[in-house]
Amino acid sequence: MSKVIQQGPAHDFKKVLRHSPFHDRIEQQSQIKSWSPWNGYQTARVFDSLSAEYFAIRSSCSVMDLTPMEKYRITGVDALKFLNRLVTRDISNIKPGRVTYVVWCNDEGKVLDDGTIFHLQQGEYRLCSQHHQLDWLLISSLGMDVTISEETHEVAALSVQGPTAYSVLTAAGFVGLDSLKPFGIVHTSFNGTDVTVSRTGYTGDLGYELWVDPANALSMWDCVFSVKERGLYDIRCIGLEALEMVRIEAGFIMPGDDFNTAETTIRAGHDRSPFEVGLGWVVNFDKGHFTGKQALLKEKALPIQRRLVKLSVEGNKSPDQAFIYDAKNGNNIGAIKVQCWSPILKANLALADIEYANGKPPTELWTEIFYQKELAWRVQWARCTVSETAFWSHSRRSATPPPAY
Amino acid sequence: MSSKQYDAIIIGAGHNGLTNAAFLAKAGLDVLVLEKNDYIGGATVSRELYEGWKYSNCSYVCSLFRPEIYQSLDLGRHGLEVVPLQGSTTFKQNGDYFGSYHQSTVRRREIARHSKRDADASIRFDADLMKWCRLIRGFLLRTPPNPTSFKPRDMMEFAHLLKSFYSLSEAQIYEFIRFFTMSIAEYLAEYFENETILAHFSGGSIIGTGLGVYSPGTAYVLLHHAMGDVDGNVGSWGFARGGMGSVSKAIASSFQAMGGDVRTGAEVQQINVKGRKATGVTLASGEEINARTVVSNLDAKRTFLNIMDKKDLPEALVHRAERFKIRGSSGKVNIALDGLPDFSALPKDSPLTLGHMHFTDTLERLERAYDDWKDDRWSQDPYLDMVIPSQYDPTVAPPGKHMVSVFVQYCPVEAEGGWTDQKRDAFGAAVIDQISQYSPNFKDLILHAEIRTPREIEAEVGLTEGNIFQGELTLDQLMFNRPFPGYAQYRGPVKNMYMCSSSTHPGGGVMGAPGANAAREILSDLGRTDTTPRDFGDD
Repeated sequence: MSKVIQQGPAHDFKKVLRHSPFHDRIEQQSQIKSWSPWNGYQTARVFDSLSAEYFAIRSSCSVMDLTPMEKYRITGVDALKFLNRLVTRDISNIKPGRVTYVVWCNDEGKVLDDGTIFHLQQGEYRLCSQHHQLDWLLISSLGMDVTISEETHEVAALSVQGPTAYSVLTAAGFVGLDSLKPFGIVHTSFNGTDVTVSRTGYTGDLGYELWVDPANALSMWDCVFSVKERGLYDIRCIGLEALEMVRIEAGFIMPGDDFNTAETTIRAGHDRSPFEVGLGWVVNFDKGHFTGKQALLKEKALPIQRRLVKLSVEGNKSPDQAFIYDAKNGNNIGAIKVQCWSPILKANLALADIEYANGKPPTELWTEIFYQKELAWRVQWARCTVSETAFWSHSRRSATPPPAY
Repeated sequence: MSSKQYDAIIIGAGHNGLTNAAFLAKAGLDVLVLEKNDYIGGATVSRELYEGWKYSNCSYVCSLFRPEIYQSLDLGRHGLEVVPLQGSTTFKQNGDYFGSYHQSTVRRREIARHSKRDADASIRFDADLMKWCRLIRGFLLRTPPNPTSFKPRDMMEFAHLLKSFYSLSEAQIYEFIRFFTMSIAEYLAEYFENETILAHFSGGSIIGTGLGVYSPGTAYVLLHHAMGDVDGNVGSWGFARGGMGSVSKAIASSFQAMGGDVRTGAEVQQINVKGRKATGVTLASGEEINARTVVSNLDAKRTFLNIMDKKDLPEALVHRAERFKIRGSSGKVNIALDGLPDFSALPKDSPLTLGHMHFTDTLERLERAYDDWKDDRWSQDPYLDMVIPSQYDPTVAPPGKHMVSVFVQYCPVEAEGGWTDQKRDAFGAAVIDQISQYSPNFKDLILHAEIRTPREIEAEVGLTEGNIFQGELTLDQLMFNRPFPGYAQYRGPVKNMYMCSSSTHPGGGVMGAPGANAAREILSDLGRTDTTPRDFGDD
């Protein structure tokens, strides 16, 4: 037999989840060791207290490791042409140094995933997505002069979000943030180390995402936290659970959680179009051809059948895993997909998939909430109200320069 | 001649015969199962051929067995336990390997080690395969409709079939039809690029089948191996604790607890027919036993050509039976080992020894293995599906020792010039030589081996040509075409005579579904309460 030639580096089957480049610090900060897998990485659910983490995002400054997010580098002569055919939005006007939110569909116009496109330098793009997309990107690149490479593990990413995020990063020595507008990118430095900063996030608040060589991940972390060491601002690590609360408040969707992605749909009718998940605003029929365009044009011509809607649910009982009805004791017309109690709004917020009739939601929406008190089950009906805009937003998210503290 | 008349006689104590018998007994019928061997089980059998070791002599892993039957016959309380098998590996000629780990995150990382793209493509592959699995699973515990009949029941069943079919999108319907007619090599090429991964996922498509990875129709055979489940994990396989014989023992125990009789050493020579009605059987010993209903669990060829008189059969049926495709293409080597073998490629404590092991890393080698079979030779470089259940089943080998089950594809029905014991042993040696290339101490650990070519499988189990599915799983022999058009609803050509074997829908594998489906038809004809379980359903 010939000598051993490994395809790629052998990996340790006993080490199931990867450690991110920030892991040493995260491990130190984690008080309760509550972990979840996220894209193959060991990720904190909660560091010590969910409410403290939530209020770090809404009241001071939060830090979260974003490294596990799927990242693809897209370059080549046809990079723009490729991306514009992939996604439903027209991205030809996204200049270097800008970011935009996108969604992409299969030929049937059903959503495969959503994400963000970063125009890093002229003709050089990064696509971030929730789910694994390399196979689809390569299928979609047929006939294009484009290079697509996955760089998830080659770029460390840290999200710094909250009202004092700007003040914290400025105090930490990140320069050039005062003129950075929402969805802007700046290639800057801290302590002489290169870093790319984007004014983006998944919290609906003022915030930044820092993109750095994994070799510099820990020094960047320490640089950010030095501001806390110096006693200037509080900074707190947050986990997946606090992020889930604020993204619902901000009305951001999560493919795979809020609706089934097309690629993983097995039962007919369980996939969703952009219109059905409230993303009609990122579908642009005026640009050239894009994947799913014909199907979406056809769908657009007819009254919408169903929608993922933002619902405020009256009362304080948690409408977890609840059906939606068109009247109290009425017809079942859908279900709540995700929900949270908003500490800032003192309200139950939910995203629900509901059937429309004649292109409109029913005039009344109700949910039947099962809840427990001392292990005894009770049931209560609650009225739901559709919200067309984000449940919560704040002017500091878009103010440039952001308010300083 | 015994004076007793049974309500039903089932010929053959394989798992389908026993399942059929159990549901008839559950309905209150007086049922007798006759078995030619001195032991029950047919191809679902575990025998101690070497002291301290229990081989799963034929079938060796369990996934397709319908959980509805398991629950309904209370098989857990009758001693059955199916333990999930963990992962699978293809060893490569260059000393590397591809491991489909049981743990999903590690599995993904391992696919990505071979191809980043294939790691993502496997998501699409799994979802697509699940679509077809979900569709086909809905038909397993149903009698195939007669597509040409206008009887209300047939029309209802056919409507159900179409409804299931059309719950797919238009594009999916095209894909599904393509799937049934494609080769596995073509099908997988729509997903994967890595050669080892292609070979790894192809294996399930040739097991038990007289076709190669480039032959049209093999894509379906993959589905046949993927549509089972262990506790809802579709596609998973498990070990029956105590060997596969535990499956037939548990069904027999459930049957006997309901008052049923099993007679071993009782070979049926003839199904007796008087006035176009089956009246009972005559044993090889000359004994006649009467029964109001006779059910054959033998394959379609043996049923119609061996134990029925041609004068009792329509000529067209005899022609169908003669032409029924039931090609032997597989062998089996069961080995008692003095310890756990080392595999040079695997790191210490690798969990991959817990799963299926294969040693064929390219589609070309798989096709060459098939070429040998076409020339009436056993594959010189065969496809093996090897498992070592004794790693987690303490009942099949003494402590520290191991039992290895090696399924071999391909092995011809007739080796050039006819099988001899020497040729059988040479076939076994070829198999062990291949394993030894990847496990240097394997040969030294061998204490005993049972080598089975189609010749031994046919002689001992009674599977014609040693075909493990009792008939090829090709589209012309599936659904309402199985075993023959017009005979897919378990009823034989004479009144009171039925078929319940894997030669009937939904086909081979330790599924129990043919036995249960046939019982439902028999009970319906007798005007008895249906004791067979309803499909658990999907959504």
